[in-house]
Amino acid sequence: MRSQIEGSRAIAQAIARCRPQVVPAYPITPQTHIVEALGAMVKSGALAGCEFITVESEFAAMSAAIGASAAGARAYTATASQGLLYMAEALFNASGLGLPIVMTVANRAIGAPINIWNDQSDSMSMRDCGWVQLYAQDNQDAVALHVIAFRLAQELSVPVMVCVDGFVLTHAVEAIDVPGAEIVDAFLPPMSARQRVDPSDPVAIGAMVGPEAFTEVRFLTDADLRRAAHVFPAQASEYLRLSGYHVGEVSKYRLDTASTVVVTLGSVSGTVREALDDMDGDIGLLTLTMYRPFPAAVVRSALAHASQVIVLERAFSPGAPEGPVTADVRTALAGTGADIKTVVAGLGGRAVTRSALHAMLATALAGELPAVSFLDLRADVVERELARREAGVAT
Amino acid sequence: MTIQEVKFYQVGSRAVGNRLLSEDLRTEQANENRTNALNSGHRACQGCGEALAARYVLDTAMDAADGQLAVVNATGCLEVFSTPYPESSWQVPWLHSLFANAASVASGLAAGLRTSGRGDVRVLAQGGDGGTVDIGLACLSGMFERNDDVFYVCYDNEAYMNTGVQRSGATPPAARTATTEAVGPEPGNRFGIGKDLPRIAMAHEIPYVATATVAELHDLEAKVRHAMSLRGARYLHVLVPCPLGWGSAPADTVRIARLAQRSGLFPLFEAEHGTVTSVVPIRGRVPVEEYLRLQRRYAHLFAAAGDADRQAATLRAVQAIADRNIARYAIPVEEL
Amino acid sequence: MNKPFAITLDVKSSLANHTGTWRSERPVYVDGLPPCTHACPAGEQVQAWLYAAEDGSYEQAWRRLVNDNPFPAVMGRVCYHPCETACNRADLDTAVGINSVERFLGDEAIRQGWRLPQPGAATGRRILVVGAGPCGLAAAYRLRRLGHAVTIREAGSTAGGMMRHGIPTFRLPRDVLDAEINRLLELGITLELGARVDNLAEEMRAGEFDAALLAMGAPLSKRAYIPAAQSARIIDALGLLADVAAGERPQLGRTVAVYGGGNTAMDVARTARRLGAEEALIVYRRTRAQMPANDIEVEEAEAEGVRMTWLSTIAGVVGDTLTIEKMRLDDDGKPQPTGEFEELHADSVVLALGQDVDRGVLATLPGIAITDGVVEVGAEMMTSVAGVFAAGDLAPSVRSVTVAIGQGNAAARGIDGWLRSIGSSAPKPTAPSSAVPVAFGQLNPWYFSDAPHVVRPRLDTARRTDDFAEVVGGLDADTALYEARRCMSCGNCFGCDNCFGVCPDNAIHKVAEGHGYAVDYDYCKGCGLCASECPCGAIVMEPEET
Repeated sequence: MRSQIEGSRAIAQAIARCRPQVVPAYPITPQTHIVEALGAMVKSGALAGCEFITVESEFAAMSAAIGASAAGARAYTATASQGLLYMAEALFNASGLGLPIVMTVANRAIGAPINIWNDQSDSMSMRDCGWVQLYAQDNQDAVALHVIAFRLAQELSVPVMVCVDGFVLTHAVEAIDVPGAEIVDAFLPPMSARQRVDPSDPVAIGAMVGPEAFTEVRFLTDADLRRAAHVFPAQASEYLRLSGYHVGEVSKYRLDTASTVVVTLGSVSGTVREALDDMDGDIGLLTLTMYRPFPAAVVRSALAHASQVIVLERAFSPGAPEGPVTADVRTALAGTGADIKTVVAGLGGRAVTRSALHAMLATALAGELPAVSFLDLRADVVERELARREAGVAT
Repeated sequence: MTIQEVKFYQVGSRAVGNRLLSEDLRTEQANENRTNALNSGHRACQGCGEALAARYVLDTAMDAADGQLAVVNATGCLEVFSTPYPESSWQVPWLHSLFANAASVASGLAAGLRTSGRGDVRVLAQGGDGGTVDIGLACLSGMFERNDDVFYVCYDNEAYMNTGVQRSGATPPAARTATTEAVGPEPGNRFGIGKDLPRIAMAHEIPYVATATVAELHDLEAKVRHAMSLRGARYLHVLVPCPLGWGSAPADTVRIARLAQRSGLFPLFEAEHGTVTSVVPIRGRVPVEEYLRLQRRYAHLFAAAGDADRQAATLRAVQAIADRNIARYAIPVEEL
Repeated sequence: MNKPFAITLDVKSSLANHTGTWRSERPVYVDGLPPCTHACPAGEQVQAWLYAAEDGSYEQAWRRLVNDNPFPAVMGRVCYHPCETACNRADLDTAVGINSVERFLGDEAIRQGWRLPQPGAATGRRILVVGAGPCGLAAAYRLRRLGHAVTIREAGSTAGGMMRHGIPTFRLPRDVLDAEINRLLELGITLELGARVDNLAEEMRAGEFDAALLAMGAPLSKRAYIPAAQSARIIDALGLLADVAAGERPQLGRTVAVYGGGNTAMDVARTARRLGAEEALIVYRRTRAQMPANDIEVEEAEAEGVRMTWLSTIAGVVGDTLTIEKMRLDDDGKPQPTGEFEELHADSVVLALGQDVDRGVLATLPGIAITDGVVEVGAEMMTSVAGVFAAGDLAPSVRSVTVAIGQGNAAARGIDGWLRSIGSSAPKPTAPSSAVPVAFGQLNPWYFSDAPHVVRPRLDTARRTDDFAEVVGGLDADTALYEARRCMSCGNCFGCDNCFGVCPDNAIHKVAEGHGYAVDYDYCKGCGLCASECPCGAIVMEPEET
């Protein structure tokens, strides 16, 4: 049903349609409206058959989700930023145990310094944890991805995190069509788990595995994750058939001929498209929806014509030679000769403007874009501060 | 909880079983058909108190729950020695997640079972003292505060044993551990620190808190049964001597646990909603020294080369703890 | 379930890990020697019959008992219970009242009419037992059960020996004694009363006996030289007791002096009181600590008003005046005359100075060795004459009914063994028992509750001295059970399940046979908790064989 609704609440409604059974929740900006909405639905009885647990930390939230999922129940939680890091140990544990948990990450910067606004540092820092990572471009995307996420998780026995840019999407009020129960029920089968805690068939889940078998376990976890490459498209097709809404591992814009392509994730892709519409020139846009497992083959084929690839990063790893997504793209394009650049944009909620994008793209078209650059960097501030460091001047 | 006066039988009501006792007066351990929740083949040290206690608690819980029980285990000795791939000694449904989160996982498990229509399956979480009083305290407190339907059992061997006997918040004063060595002007663990988890649990006013040891099996089983008869957050703290970490003879594990209680250092009591409801009398009180001497972690208190004045002062201070416990819980002292 | 590789493990997968390889020592169930069994002169398996009694299986307990001793009702009244002296329970609270329970079982058997076990297949051997006292009767019982034909020849007119003639009825009622003797005779033992054996060799040939047991006891009173005028009334203790046993009531007068410090002296003094003496005085040449009478007997006597004068010998008796010489102990503890005399009034003086063997029949056995007034015997109770055995008061022994029974058992085993090996020069020796009785330190007494000894009811003193009715009553079924259950079962498993429960490795299992528990050595790590927590010391740790 289409309505003017805040992104968070649309997501909450989509979650509710998926019949979660256990929702452990710990608040952190900017995810709070999601869990508040779910809490109210459970408390009022609107969402039946679900227990909403107000836990004492994000670590507890993921832990409770692990327990619930191990019982064979459909478990969901949401977090961001510091909270995601606080549950880091549990993220690895959930994927290691193969539990089909779904979680929303309302992308937010990581401190220090503390910053509540949007970038993708949080989910990027957890790209190694063995979860499927899906990035929503807009709230309609977010709704669809969450519904698919539950089925994907169940099918793969792998946990899935759906990344939604904090504030930008979560707090945006817009027209969103949340699929009705009949669509979701047709799409999403009842919960069934590969393994569960069950007195009628007792097993010990969570053994200690030594050198003789650990490598194989990891190999198999990776193999489970990689199955998303064909399971996700199949499920997306079915979702399209039922709802009319299309998602894919990637979205392509003007890629047929473009020799310069911007690659990005999340909501900034809308701004990039608008910027491209303003410009002449052969510039295309590839937006990754699925980031883990990395759809290398799809990326390679989408960028077949590109000679210059500009990866617009929403996160950065200090000391790294380039951005995280850039490195993955470079691996996917190995041997193609494409020139790949990192542009770090919008850290800590800095607005990504069309004018800034225009300027950056002009530089790129002129062949003068450095290997790594920061969009809209306040050069005067950094130069002053760098000079002070050199001089060892006390403030 | 009432204690039935048992007609005198050959070994009274202290032994595991007795052919002269009717079966309902014997312990669950006397039952040939006990679950053996922790079966043979595990890699616990010889004489491990924790292995013994885990079987005691879980066999009783399984019986009380008619076999409808699921167990969450924190990382630690118990988890490591029982599930090294490819061998598991557990004969109950068992889940191990992380070190600090057994209580949270259990809360989630209980909710997951209820919402899957299997609310009859009871949830028990267990961990060592490290995973309970230190790193696991936040999760435990959250579970208590929400009164989640989880029975948490802490097997307290008073240090981080699995990682090599390092001090935890449960390590008693003067005890030697690898991070509180018996060297320097204040050998062993310091006085005036440490956490009393049973009292912390009582402060949460949860439905049931109790303490037990591996030496008093009837008492331990009665407490487990009582806990299993209740819903909501319940906590049992079991003292389990560790021959390796305490430097004691494997054959002395039960004896040492008994002396801990008889000295007053480990009081046995129950509490409901924050108020003590029962206390086990001390039968034949002993001075703390009788308990301490059996453990090499206290050897520095008796070494001939030691500072006699300091040793005496330390022993007095430990004795004072025991005296205080007896007074605080008003523990009756009976003749042996 | 579709379980992920390695992360999830199946039940029972740990059984592949045989932790038994960790051991350096292993627990072993033993059948230790309980101190009571070790101490019993009659060879009873005391702990074993107590075990049976504990769950109320009294007949089973009685049968275990009479496997070794056919006289439990008698024992329960006259035995000095060295088993209780040895009992480890005394180190906890007080010794188990074994004697009381034995009496209960004996009395219950009489009440219920339980019969002794039937004899085995006939061996064709014939054995002559001379003397129907406790030794001879016990030997006859055992030999008859082994299938031999047994004839007892008793010189007197009744069977029972010292049980009948030497022990007063207020200690051992005659109906009890008769019941146990008659029950024994039902096995087909031939008893010939009034049949004094004068020439053993002759009688053996005539009766075609393959072996003989001399069990005539020591029925003669020891003599002492006491200057006494004709008017003095000096009686020998055994004779007095025998007369009273036969139903006579000799008049001893108001004051009776009893010379001697043994059990017989006590019995006589107490008998004297019952015969109407207002005063019975024990005169003993050494001190109370040195007197041979059993403590219980002394206490009973004192309770009945018997007085005792120590370090006194009788120098002479004239009429009703007794002259006592005071003694003192020298550095060696021997009494020495002091030259101080005292005169006491005594209507009678009874000499209870010990007993002697009647050497009459022995004289007809050339080659029989006699030393210090008793017949020498080997380990199997055979004398220096082949095929002739001796036991009881006749042989070297501490003289009591219980010891006599034990010796009778030993003689019977010796005779049986010798008969099987006829042709060889000596009976095959039985393997010596090297077992050491279980000490208190081997137990784990924590598991036993305090439960002091149940005291048997006794007659009030006043009533006691008026008649010959039994003084000490028995236990009833409840208190007997209570008492039996105080037994700590030293060294012998009594099924408390401690080992089964206390093994951290679940390596002890319940089994139907043997001790009821078995160690699974595939998994036992040898920690020793089972041995440590076994209340009765029935598990020991032995080094692992390398």
